[in-house]
Amino acid sequence: MSALLEVRNLQVRVEEREILHGLSLTVNKGEVHAIMGPNGSGKSTLSHVVAGKPGYEVTGGEILFKGEDLLKMDPDERAAKGVFLAFQYPVEIPGVATMTFLRTALNAQRKARGESEYSTPDFLKKVREVAASLNIPQEMLRRGVNVGFSGGEKKRNEVLQMALFEPSLCILDEMDSGLDIDALRIAADGVNALRSSERAMVVITHYQRLLNYIVPDFVHVMSKGRVVKSGGKELALELEESGYAQFEDQAA
Amino acid sequence: MNLALVKPTMDGAASDVFTVARDRLPGKGPVAEVRQAAFDDFIQKGLPHRRIEEWKYTDLRVLLREVAPLAAAPDQAALDRAKEVVTSLDVNGAHRLVLVDGTFAPQLSDTTSESGVTVQTLRAMLENADIAARADLLRTSVASDAMISLNAAMATDGVVIDVAENAAPGKPIHIVHIATQSKAAAFTRSLVKVANGARATLIESFVAADGTAGYQAHDSVVLWAGNGADVQHIRLVEDARDAANIATAIVTLGERTQYRAFNLTSGGAVCRYQAFLRFGGQNTHADVNGVSLLNGRQHADTTLVLDHAVPHCTSNEVFRAVVDDSAHSVFQGRINVHPDAQKTDARMMTRALLLSDEAEADNKPELEIFADDVQCGHGATTGALDDSLLFYLRARGLPEKEAQALLIQAFVGEAMESIADEALRDVAIATAERWLAARG
Repeated sequence: MSALLEVRNLQVRVEEREILHGLSLTVNKGEVHAIMGPNGSGKSTLSHVVAGKPGYEVTGGEILFKGEDLLKMDPDERAAKGVFLAFQYPVEIPGVATMTFLRTALNAQRKARGESEYSTPDFLKKVREVAASLNIPQEMLRRGVNVGFSGGEKKRNEVLQMALFEPSLCILDEMDSGLDIDALRIAADGVNALRSSERAMVVITHYQRLLNYIVPDFVHVMSKGRVVKSGGKELALELEESGYAQFEDQAA
Repeated sequence: MNLALVKPTMDGAASDVFTVARDRLPGKGPVAEVRQAAFDDFIQKGLPHRRIEEWKYTDLRVLLREVAPLAAAPDQAALDRAKEVVTSLDVNGAHRLVLVDGTFAPQLSDTTSESGVTVQTLRAMLENADIAARADLLRTSVASDAMISLNAAMATDGVVIDVAENAAPGKPIHIVHIATQSKAAAFTRSLVKVANGARATLIESFVAADGTAGYQAHDSVVLWAGNGADVQHIRLVEDARDAANIATAIVTLGERTQYRAFNLTSGGAVCRYQAFLRFGGQNTHADVNGVSLLNGRQHADTTLVLDHAVPHCTSNEVFRAVVDDSAHSVFQGRINVHPDAQKTDARMMTRALLLSDEAEADNKPELEIFADDVQCGHGATTGALDDSLLFYLRARGLPEKEAQALLIQAFVGEAMESIADEALRDVAIATAERWLAARG
């Protein structure tokens, strides 16, 4: 069986500066991987490159998703194939109602996959169910995308989309940043509800705290653009004790 | 130092336009005299060019080059072609008045009378010797401009609408301009009087029958809104892609009057919409908003001149331009606050979205304030689509064009939201959607 996501020896530059120096990572269906590491270790760069954000130059290596070359696809093709990036800082889009955005995005993905578009009543029913489970009031869905949302509301809106689009790979970029403990719990509960044997998750975080709520199967430590150590969930606790400094020398 | 005196010169062709057409223009005696005087003024000024400050960004000598010959009165074939357009353009439930190539077409118009609304044609009034002041229908005192003079000289027809005191007609009045003759010019002039306490909605559409190319639409609207009147004024310019549309609105507002205007330009090769608003009574409010959606080599100019002549009036201008390819958008907004016009509150905000490197947007806000207790403000921004928003939408599965379309709709949405009437707002939104769809 081929892996869901296979990152092989990935080298990435941003404006003449190499950020990732040969990163490899294999994620199978049903697994939850945590990627930890200090600021500037390249965690977010990895998530951006997998999602297809412009501005990154891949100078070496490859990324396979379901056996296909992901780097050849546009960001929207990747989304339709099942890649979902939950943004660290979800953007505000004034003038585009959340409901319109959700329907346009979902139907664009379905169309790209050759599936029929959702009818309005079916769509509304689905959104209402998911929104209710995440404590997202209907009023929020009528507002512009993320406009005037609190940090917690923005992250819940990301989880709402994850639940609606049913991706096979979810990348959560620093989901805990800017959230208080209650907001974090609600968002994490939403994510946990989406764990399944058909879906994989990559949880990028700076702190171990998030991993108390979303318990990973594997933990990878990144430093200076490489994975320097991999292990089970206990590795996260170990890091909390000893910090990242021990890996700085290994990566150099 | 030698300074060459630049004298506006018109070649023989321009004078011919009037000479050749003169016998076909309605109205004799005093009407003909006003026409001649107006044309003399036009010849003296010539087509506006870049050294005329008000036309700095829209040089008609370059963009228009010449005034096209007057269109012939429409024959049956022209009316048949116009009819196809009318059907596709219908604004639900509107009282429709159709002008084909500058001539009123009763066959295509809604002639059922509505209580409180009187409609006559300009042609009939100009030809009616019983109307002593008929020549005044072509006179304009508010603004002096070569194109206003040309329009007065050449106007063949138009509608003259009276909305009676305190009347509130249920239907919007929809003036539809249809061009069916290529390389010809139509000159129309309509006068709308909304009496004290009356409510009215005026819609103007500019379109062409399939296959009509290289024509010119020259239009003027003179509108009076009486004390306590409430007027909505929507313009939809969807002319053929190689046409010219040169239009003037002259608006006079009374006391406690509400005037809400919205201009949408998505068609035409060369468009100029100049609106002159005069606040003639206190406690009046005007919203003068607009959206231009341009691509290819389109050039569209919206020029507003607001005269706050009396105290306690408020005005708000919101203008948005979306400019693609090598198109060119111009917005000029001038607010004059006269010495007596204390407590004026006038605001103007214009934003342009450039979708290509060759696109151009010129914004020129001007405030001229002679009163000391007023609030006036203006702002202008020009920029591209936000890459971070585009990436967010694409990461959610929207292809590039769809992501752009959604952001463009959001960008123009704020100005569209100002259209109070939901049905009319939908008409404007549908026009924008057509433009976006045609972008591919």
